[in-house]
Amino acid sequence: MVEAGEQLGSQPRKRQKVDHDKAARIKKFRRGDPLATSKIPDKKLKGNLRYQERLANEAAELAAKADEWLLPGLAGALEADGMERTWRFKQDEVVREAEVGAARKVFDLSLTELGPYSVNFTRSGRFLALGGRKGHLAVMDWQRGKLITEIQVKETTRDIQFLHNETFFAAAQRKYVYIYDRNGVEVHCLKEHVEANCLDFLPHHFLLCSVGHPGVLRYQDTSTGQTAAAHRTRLGPCSTMRQNPWNAVLCLGHAAGTVTMWAPNMATPLVRLLCHRGPVKALAIDRDGHNMVTAGADGQVRVWDLRMLRPRHAYFSRATPDRLDISQRGLLAVGAARSIQVWQGALEHKVQSPYMRHDVYSGRLHDLAFCPYEDVLAAGHSEGLSTMLVPGAGEPNYDSRVADPFQGRKAKREQEVAQLLDKLQPDMIVLDPTTIGQVRKEPKQVQEEARLAALVAERTESRAALEKQAEKKKMKGKNKPSKRHRKKQYTIIEEHKVDAKGRAQKDKEFGKTEKNAEDSLPDDAPRALAAFYQKGRK
Amino acid sequence: MRIKAINRSEEECTRERSQDLQKVHKNLDPSLHPLEKATEYTRALNAAKLERIFAKPFVAAFAHDDGITCLAKNPQRLNSLIAGSADGDIRLWDIPSRRCLRRLVGHTAGVKGVAATPSGDACVSCSTDCTVRLWRIPAAGMQPAAEPQEAQAALEFHGANGFRAIDHHWQGDRFATAGAQVDVWDHARSEPMSTFRWGAESALSVRFNPVEPEIFTSTGSDRSIALYDLRSSTPIRKLIMQTRSNAIAWNPLEAFNFTVASEDCNLYTYDMRKLDMAACLHQDFVSAVMDLDYSPTGREFVAGSYDRSVRMFSYNGGHSKEVFHTKRMQRVFSVRFSADGSYVFSGSDDMNVRIWKADASAPLGKLLPRQKQTQAYNQALIRRFKHLPEINRIVRHRHVPKPIYKAGKLRRTIVDADARKLQNVMKHSKPGSVKVKPARQKKIVGQEE
Repeated sequence: MVEAGEQLGSQPRKRQKVDHDKAARIKKFRRGDPLATSKIPDKKLKGNLRYQERLANEAAELAAKADEWLLPGLAGALEADGMERTWRFKQDEVVREAEVGAARKVFDLSLTELGPYSVNFTRSGRFLALGGRKGHLAVMDWQRGKLITEIQVKETTRDIQFLHNETFFAAAQRKYVYIYDRNGVEVHCLKEHVEANCLDFLPHHFLLCSVGHPGVLRYQDTSTGQTAAAHRTRLGPCSTMRQNPWNAVLCLGHAAGTVTMWAPNMATPLVRLLCHRGPVKALAIDRDGHNMVTAGADGQVRVWDLRMLRPRHAYFSRATPDRLDISQRGLLAVGAARSIQVWQGALEHKVQSPYMRHDVYSGRLHDLAFCPYEDVLAAGHSEGLSTMLVPGAGEPNYDSRVADPFQGRKAKREQEVAQLLDKLQPDMIVLDPTTIGQVRKEPKQVQEEARLAALVAERTESRAALEKQAEKKKMKGKNKPSKRHRKKQYTIIEEHKVDAKGRAQKDKEFGKTEKNAEDSLPDDAPRALAAFYQKGRK
Repeated sequence: MRIKAINRSEEECTRERSQDLQKVHKNLDPSLHPLEKATEYTRALNAAKLERIFAKPFVAAFAHDDGITCLAKNPQRLNSLIAGSADGDIRLWDIPSRRCLRRLVGHTAGVKGVAATPSGDACVSCSTDCTVRLWRIPAAGMQPAAEPQEAQAALEFHGANGFRAIDHHWQGDRFATAGAQVDVWDHARSEPMSTFRWGAESALSVRFNPVEPEIFTSTGSDRSIALYDLRSSTPIRKLIMQTRSNAIAWNPLEAFNFTVASEDCNLYTYDMRKLDMAACLHQDFVSAVMDLDYSPTGREFVAGSYDRSVRMFSYNGGHSKEVFHTKRMQRVFSVRFSADGSYVFSGSDDMNVRIWKADASAPLGKLLPRQKQTQAYNQALIRRFKHLPEINRIVRHRHVPKPIYKAGKLRRTIVDADARKLQNVMKHSKPGSVKVKPARQKKIVGQEE
């Protein structure tokens, strides 16, 4: 990086224009620090790595260029003039000032009878699933106002979740979790997911996760139908669950104020964070996996640095927040009772005032969800569904291979196949996904410990095996006590042999015998005669 | 207030007519593509598995009436192959249409060597009936011929003893034969232009250097490899090894390097300027290596062995990267790489010339640009992740016939036992007293000038 020259004395030197913007863009696409190749002793490897670095740099520069010039859309923004503040604007004014196409996305659905509604969007943001507590399930193409399917399951439904696309959605009903088709047909009844409170879907792994009253976290592979893992959290009923989109780790909020992070591989949580004094009411994680926001019954809304697992700052809210959500561009929505507050830039630094505010016209807030790739926040409440325009929330430029709001039928078919081909295995879920493919040399200490542990295990196993074939009392024929005794002695000798080997290994590793021998052995003597040079030997 | 919100119009983001191409939007932001490494790893794993699934290297077999002893490729045409068999019959094959164009009849004993002239319209063959014959060979026409025509030799050269091998120079009208001695002939002369002899041994194979016009090598039955210069009358240098070398080939792109196929189941690559140690040792065969040929890229070579298999090695790789075998293929006596580097020809004792794909999983025929891109992507993925254990296991895995597998296992046990015993000897003797020669130098007995 070329730094701008300092102006010392009276000689003005030519300044080199530093394009911070371009450098930041290149850094974004570089994916890690450049490798120092000068110290590598192996010439072939060094040459290869330098070539790879050159390719990576070129790729980052080209990507930065494309990012700067070729992206069609610009992010939304709301700015106030003069003394006005953005959080004073009512939604009506905002909608009036906005373009017709954007204003059309703000609506209220009045569904008063069937209970507070849970809201879920597909990854592309085109389809919306509504799940009313009294069993009203609906899927709609919300921007065009088209209802895809609507069913009444006549049971308490606590959560709703789309699977890999809009063809299937899962509903956490009174006892079990059910999966429905886009025609409203019940396709599966997942009897193992008992009394689920929350559902989530890991799109890259095709894992449907549920946690509920028994406090058991279950991972179910929806492409093969196998249960990938079932972990007993042992922390009581859980009703708050979110996935970290960056590493596909699930974060659960518990009644004791702890947040635990889980992966299918480990039966114990990867991380345990004590976040609040009192139950954790809501959780949200941003797209890059940098920040996590938790809301507790103590009224605190804390922001955590997820990479370092440290708290950043906290906000206080008088009303206990019911729900949190973070948009693609890092806007935080806090829903408490009836009011929704949207905060901008609140994750990196502590901000004094919100960005926008809105009160739901009636009823109590139940669920909040930002629509991907749109500047819209959907709020499910006890009287139905309301949407709110939040300029700057959504990512303006989508990638067709990832999620396309205007996907055709053929593209949808192809994408489903591509998703299945790229399906990741559940044991690949780790806290830091960049470690895959890295070569880590284990320190010698760790290798030794592993070897010793294996040895001890082998010894105990052989001892157990010997005990197992302990002497059987013969009932048929001769069974003289002297013979039995001799047999017993034989097994003892075997055991001693095993033990002796173990002792020799142990001595060797603590450098007892061999080291002493080596110390006293003169240089010109052959090693076979080491025994004669031992100290204390006459 | 100033407000701007995302407002996408469907008309702008999708195509106008169904004849138009679909609009594809790209955003390379890493935040939109989480879990990239895991996805790449999964794709690499799938690519490795698919590569093994589609690995079907055998293409075709051409039948002769007796075991095939020698092969030659035409330097001017990709579609023709000349194969000589042990009953004196030489056949000219048109490979794409899989038919025999000509049968060159004339030799009364087994044909030991065949080579094509640089112009591509003639070939020379040598036999144990003490003659070398020159034949005119036609190009393959478009119309299918009913029966392969028979043809007579255009020229005949007589020698005193039977010939073992022949190689034609890549420029002009000279060719060299190996037999009781190494002779260099010209088309216009009925007697050899020059004769090279060193010691009382016979020469087994001969090869001209593809870049230096005057240099060629030969292997002899006294376990030697000799370097000759056409301008001088005697050989310049001789390298003696522990076992006899059956064949020799020059690297077409690094023409100072040559590889020999030895009786001790290994192949050795030497730099002709520095013969005191081999540049590389190639191991994997379990019986004598009979023939080898380099790819025109110079990055790999193929070798055939007495153990009924054909293996492909990287030019600097110690172990084979591909193995070709069939139940019906018996002892392989000659192999050739096709001139475009895509196919391998092997002639064996079971009277068949077999054609194999050099890249076993590559599809034949013309690929669409998108297919080519997918192939390139899959190969790049495998290259990036091939050191990881799961993928390494799949990429390296080759089925090998049971006798070869068992023999290889036995050899490894013996080698490991020898290494262990050597370690013990070294441990119990004075440090520095036991001198270990590197494997690349162990088999060299000496050099002579």
